Amino acid sequence: MDLAYTEEEEAFRDGLREWLARALPTLPAPPSPHDWPGRRAYDTAWQRALYDAGYGGVHWEATPTQRLIFLEETEEAGAPYVGANFVGLLHAGPTIAAEGTPEQRARWLPPILRGDEVWCQGFSEPDAGSDLASLRTRAWRDGDHYVVRGSKIWTSHAEVADWCELLVRTDPDAPKHRGLTWLALPMAAPGVTVRPLRTLAGSTEFAEVFLDEVRVPVDHRVGAEDDGWRVTLVTLSYERGTAFAGEVVACRRVLGDLAREARADGRWDDPVLRRRLGRLSAEFGALWRLAQWNASEAQHTGGVPGPGASVFKLRYSHARQELYDAAADVLGDDALDLGRTWTRERLSSLSYTIAAGTSQIQRTIVAERLLGLPKGR
Amino acid sequence: MDFQLSADQRALRDGFREILRARFGRDALRAAVDAPGLDRELWRALGKAGFFALCVPEARGGLGQGAAEAVLVFEEAGRALLPGPLVATFLAAGDVEGAATGETVVTAVSGTLVPWLAEADVVRGDVTAAEPLRSVDPLTPLHRVPGRREDGPDVSLLLAAEQLGSACASRDAAVRYAGEREQFGQPIGAFQAVKHLCAELLVRTEPARAAVYAAAVTGDPREAVAAKLLADDAAVRNARDCLQVYGGMGFTWEADVHLHLKRAWVRARLGTTAARAEEELAAAL
Repeated sequence: MDLAYTEEEEAFRDGLREWLARALPTLPAPPSPHDWPGRRAYDTAWQRALYDAGYGGVHWEATPTQRLIFLEETEEAGAPYVGANFVGLLHAGPTIAAEGTPEQRARWLPPILRGDEVWCQGFSEPDAGSDLASLRTRAWRDGDHYVVRGSKIWTSHAEVADWCELLVRTDPDAPKHRGLTWLALPMAAPGVTVRPLRTLAGSTEFAEVFLDEVRVPVDHRVGAEDDGWRVTLVTLSYERGTAFAGEVVACRRVLGDLAREARADGRWDDPVLRRRLGRLSAEFGALWRLAQWNASEAQHTGGVPGPGASVFKLRYSHARQELYDAAADVLGDDALDLGRTWTRERLSSLSYTIAAGTSQIQRTIVAERLLGLPKGR
Repeated sequence: MDFQLSADQRALRDGFREILRARFGRDALRAAVDAPGLDRELWRALGKAGFFALCVPEARGGLGQGAAEAVLVFEEAGRALLPGPLVATFLAAGDVEGAATGETVVTAVSGTLVPWLAEADVVRGDVTAAEPLRSVDPLTPLHRVPGRREDGPDVSLLLAAEQLGSACASRDAAVRYAGEREQFGQPIGAFQAVKHLCAELLVRTEPARAAVYAAAVTGDPREAVAAKLLADDAAVRNARDCLQVYGGMGFTWEADVHLHLKRAWVRARLGTTAARAEEELAAAL
């Protein structure tokens, strides 16, 4: 048991750090959060830069420890986030890599890695959220095409995506987990309508996607027909993996900034606030150690994140909300000012216990899969 | 980086768990509750098993192990609710004659409390004005002293490891009970309300485990204090939730749940307490 990085890992860190120091000053100014084409261009240009430097596939090819180093160093350096590349790099791409044919991998993976194509996720529906497998978007065969009818919701980056990883029901008579199929939907296809949804933070981070008899070629299916649930589970384990580790680094920095501001404005004299920040320091320190623990564990088990990621996600999402509630204490009346970053972050933190599996769903997963408690109603 | 137990570390932990199961199983625990007092024979057996000499250098007759190995055996001690001034004797093993073998029992003033004062052969700290209190924990007699004696981070780290073991024991007990106890025609663990309580028991132990092990590996005093803060919380709250899962049985003397809760309360007051830990961590921000 050690926390010392190997020579090889340190060399990876040094190379990355050196490259970041050269690459980041050449970046253009980040676009306005409301400028979707601008955001897409900025995010994909960053992915292209990573690709050209040899880091484009770090989420797929690197060891879990290298990936952790990548998340830590890019966060420390203030590099852009994965942004519009999120679904391609962390959901759809890994699924295609694991389940796709050689032709499918050759068609879809290189453009993801180069930042040429953006993917979005069409899983959730208005009546299929936590109970994802009950989804009702239908697809039926018509020659060498599927015809798709239905609607999807909470689809991030739908306005600017080229492709959508789509989960549809191909056998309505089978038990709900059995009749699903995974399709790659071209967003430009006739019959696809995107309607942006406004979040409580005022931004349009996600959208509804309406599918009106959209024709999708059969060779756009990944995995077997009616085997989409299993194919999807591959994706979900990636989503809940170490993706949040970089954010823990960011939260630790925010904690330091909060302490600085509190010392400057006199709120530091309040022992309740000090103790709250002290406890959060222990919390985020432990979460970082847990990320290292999980990465080492994944290294032993071959790299696929396991259900232990649910434990991390549960604890982290709660801690993030606590952090920004504490930030509001530091801000005082400024906590009502949307001009302050922490006010906006406090609003967006509210999604963390809901997105990518609610805390309640995660607890059920933890109880049944990790603790072995019986399934019930 | 390989932040996982090595094969040797797993063997050490499993071996010690086995020794404790044989020497201090449930019957022995309940016998100790009924007849309090330090079991010198058990203490010598621990010495013989190398518990106290674990981190004493080999040149001085010890096993020459490090803090990572120490937290693993203290985790097992916490899981088994092993009584006695384990931390003080362990830390004195290098310089108090007989401590390493379990012949000499060492206690120390921790904050303003002294555990096991009447039974100890050697006492660290000033106990001239020590007054007994009626200890809430039937397996930890306590005295109080007027002056404070601050503990080092090594004390907090070992206490944190014991708290971690206790938190794991409460989690396992709750999960086992929830899987066996039936109401409304099914195990209570099939109900989401109970299931989610049990899930939180695991969500508390795993970050505490990462914090305790990391503090042992790095030797960073601040990490030790942070680990104690999280492990105190995990031990106390896991015992509380376990008690809730046990229902009426959880409120009885007969169930072991209260023994874990009471010991966790005691350990939380020893070493660096929550308020001090939080202030110390805040000051470092």
